[in-house]
Amino acid sequence: MLRYFLKRLLSLSVSLIVASAVIFVAIEVVPGDPASYMLGINAQPDTVAALREELGLNTGPLQRYLGWVGGLIQGDFGTSYTYRTPVADMIGERMWVSLPLALFALTLSTIVAFPAGILAATKRGSVWDVLVMGITQLGIAIPNFWFAMLMVLVFAINLRWFSAGGFPGWDQGLFVGLKALLLPAISLALPQASILARVMRSSLLDTLDEDFIRTARAKGLTAGQTLRRHALRNAMIPVLTIIGLQFSFLLAGAIIIENVFFLPGLGRLVFQSISQRDLIVVESVVMLLVFAVVMVNFAVDLAYAAVDPRLRGRS
Amino acid sequence: MGGQGWFISAVTSRNLMLGMALTLVFAGAALLSFLWTPFDVTQMDIPGKLKAPNDLHWFGTDHFGRDIFSMIMVGARTSIAVAFVAVSIGMGIGVPLGLAAAARSGGWLDEVIMRTNDLVFAFPALLIAIMITAIFGPSAVNAIIAIGIFNIPVFARLTRGAALSLWTRDYVLSARVSGKGAVRISAEHILPNIANLLIVQGTIQFSLGILAEAGLSYVGLGAQPPIPSWGRMLADSQTMISFAPHLALFPGFAILLTVLGLNLMGDGLRDLFDPRIRRGRG
Repeated sequence: MLRYFLKRLLSLSVSLIVASAVIFVAIEVVPGDPASYMLGINAQPDTVAALREELGLNTGPLQRYLGWVGGLIQGDFGTSYTYRTPVADMIGERMWVSLPLALFALTLSTIVAFPAGILAATKRGSVWDVLVMGITQLGIAIPNFWFAMLMVLVFAINLRWFSAGGFPGWDQGLFVGLKALLLPAISLALPQASILARVMRSSLLDTLDEDFIRTARAKGLTAGQTLRRHALRNAMIPVLTIIGLQFSFLLAGAIIIENVFFLPGLGRLVFQSISQRDLIVVESVVMLLVFAVVMVNFAVDLAYAAVDPRLRGRS
Repeated sequence: MGGQGWFISAVTSRNLMLGMALTLVFAGAALLSFLWTPFDVTQMDIPGKLKAPNDLHWFGTDHFGRDIFSMIMVGARTSIAVAFVAVSIGMGIGVPLGLAAAARSGGWLDEVIMRTNDLVFAFPALLIAIMITAIFGPSAVNAIIAIGIFNIPVFARLTRGAALSLWTRDYVLSARVSGKGAVRISAEHILPNIANLLIVQGTIQFSLGILAEAGLSYVGLGAQPPIPSWGRMLADSQTMISFAPHLALFPGFAILLTVLGLNLMGDGLRDLFDPRIRRGRG
């Protein structure tokens, strides 16, 4: 287990180093002079020179890269050029919208998808199966931002049950905060829940065909006991993979959904920064999101090993 | 199975037929839009703006009085073109990489290719698009590149996995004995045998490409005005959804039905190509 862990840790570190290098080169080296890019073509030469000085652009790229990474490790994400505030503070503030949103969506998706997938697999070929497969087929094909707009039309504009967008802040109470995130979370969760339910179904169907399931039934376990003790545990591997992959889709998807609902999260921060050409913010937020995705995949790898001891021995 | 049996399974597959019908409708609309649209999509008619669907304008008009039906037809062109080129990039680069990784399985080339793939997977397509946009500005071409890059590891992984199992087959062994090199074996023996798999995955990636293009255009990172695109039509409609919901309904249904069609077609093709699944269902 320790060897498996160390090997994963090594590949995680390599991924992070290469990813940070790619992001740094893409944002700070490719555009030529980031200072003149950020200030636009009408900038005075002395303003550009001042910004170059402030960004430390007069030093070599390698030194700047090391400085940036060193700062990130210590929690120093630089200072936003537009807002003149530390990027770390801006991220910290907006993380409290984006992270709960992604987790909320993941929770919704899982609690809907698991029963639906299990129902479809255990009642294969029944009306339930057809219903689950039909609804999930639609759920995969629907663009989630459009579904979000339709929900706003129905639940916010026509029925007036929810506000059409914005976020009142967690200091208004947990319920108020969750209520504001409910429609965004549902729209994020719909396609993910559809995919997850289908993976759950097909994985469980494969497992239910295995010999050890027949053996379990033959030794006298009921269908429910077999499902809980043997089938589900074995069917979980592909399901866990998908949940891990979905987290990155949820983070990225949240960028668009935050724009539909005008939520002050990381996604809106990125778009505002792009339109203001605030490369320092874009660079750090993109790195943070990639870091989150890599960490989640690492956690999924470890979860595999916990669920399936056979994987620990394999390199 | 003979050619006739294959044909019969094809036409009796509900998924495949429905999927192909939907796909043909939208591909047909895109092609037809080059020759004819009911109205000129660049022609504005301010007095006739925001009209609900009627005999003249089947899907109504937008806030500039442009005909929505015509815009959907031209928008189909943008969506299909972006997704098609992006999938071609993904296949064109990913498949050779996957074949190379399988041919040199366990070697350093395999390791480098697969680790690079993992890395690209860590960047969701939208993040790649955001970075490209931050540097080069938004455009349809940059959307294609972003979606295309994301498609490369998908095809590389699929190709490698399928090719690896073929390399152990007897006919590949006999080809090696007869002196064929890895490149010839990959091209003549491996590739034809994984073509079905690639077609099915290509269909699915195509539908994901349409969704991604719509999402990017919606947030303003895709095709720029005046090129009509479904995603931007939805973005434009958002502020008017309370009094002109038809603006939001038609482009959304266009995306939904195109993606649904491609997915059904992919499912249908998979069943058709993989007799194991078909037997299981029959």
